[in-house]
Amino acid sequence: MPNSEEPSRTHEHALSQLRYIRSTMDGATRFTAVPGTGMAVIGLTALVAAALAQAQTTRDGMLLVWVGEAVAAAGVGLAALVLKSRRAGVDLARGSARKFVLALMPSGICAAAVSLALAVHEQTTLIPAVWLTGYGSAVIAAGTHSVPTVPIMGAAFVVAGLAALFVTPQFQNALLALSFGGIHIAFGIHIARHHGG
Amino acid sequence: MIGRLRDEGGAEVFRLVNERVRLGILSALAVTEYLSFAELKQTLGVTDGNLSIHARKLEEAKFITCEKTFQDRRPLTQYTLTPRGRAAFERYLGHMEALIEAMRKPT
Repeated sequence: MPNSEEPSRTHEHALSQLRYIRSTMDGATRFTAVPGTGMAVIGLTALVAAALAQAQTTRDGMLLVWVGEAVAAAGVGLAALVLKSRRAGVDLARGSARKFVLALMPSGICAAAVSLALAVHEQTTLIPAVWLTGYGSAVIAAGTHSVPTVPIMGAAFVVAGLAALFVTPQFQNALLALSFGGIHIAFGIHIARHHGG
Repeated sequence: MIGRLRDEGGAEVFRLVNERVRLGILSALAVTEYLSFAELKQTLGVTDGNLSIHARKLEEAKFITCEKTFQDRRPLTQYTLTPRGRAAFERYLGHMEALIEAMRKPT
């Protein structure tokens, strides 16, 4: 009797070991998905954008500079994510890395849509707050698939966004510089030093 | 079936890798450049002592390397998978997949 049960037990053992390997690999990639160095570079480009935005004579000009910065930052972030994943041998289309990228999207898309609506209705003073809270929420959501530092960084952006609701428009550029620049640089360096680049 | 695979693949390697914590260490290091002791401990959900014992066995088999440095004046232990360790891990994976495949085939 025990002999007839052995193939089944062996099969179960092999399946169980493979499941364990897969879940462990998935868990381990939490340490590799977020590119700290890339985030620090995004912070530096944000500081450059803030200086350019400050030189604009109109509010629309200032916001357009930041839109350009968002596009540049997305490019830098994506390139850094791909480079770091390749170096670590992580497939971005699978596991935690995929979940991380997908989790960024809902809040990001909503923030973009609300910003567009506010621009159409000429309510542009609210746009920086929407960017910061939207980006912060996206990072918090994505951070659940990453190291604990990432959701904390997202929360910092949400706090900055809430502050942006109440500061006068002339301080909004400084607040964007402090958050998109300062928070990215500080957390980027921390992640690069403690979580593999 | 396992016995036959052990003979073909090396009983010693099979014995080393088949244990859960050691298999976890190899699996985690297979997808990352390196992991610190703390990161491995968090990933595997094991105690310091348990991780140390199993990591040392893998080190002795030259499946992983351990580098001890200091970060912010605190000791930092980092583990990396060696080519020998990767080969053993892939061989074990192959064995498990072969087992499942063999069980699926009609007799």
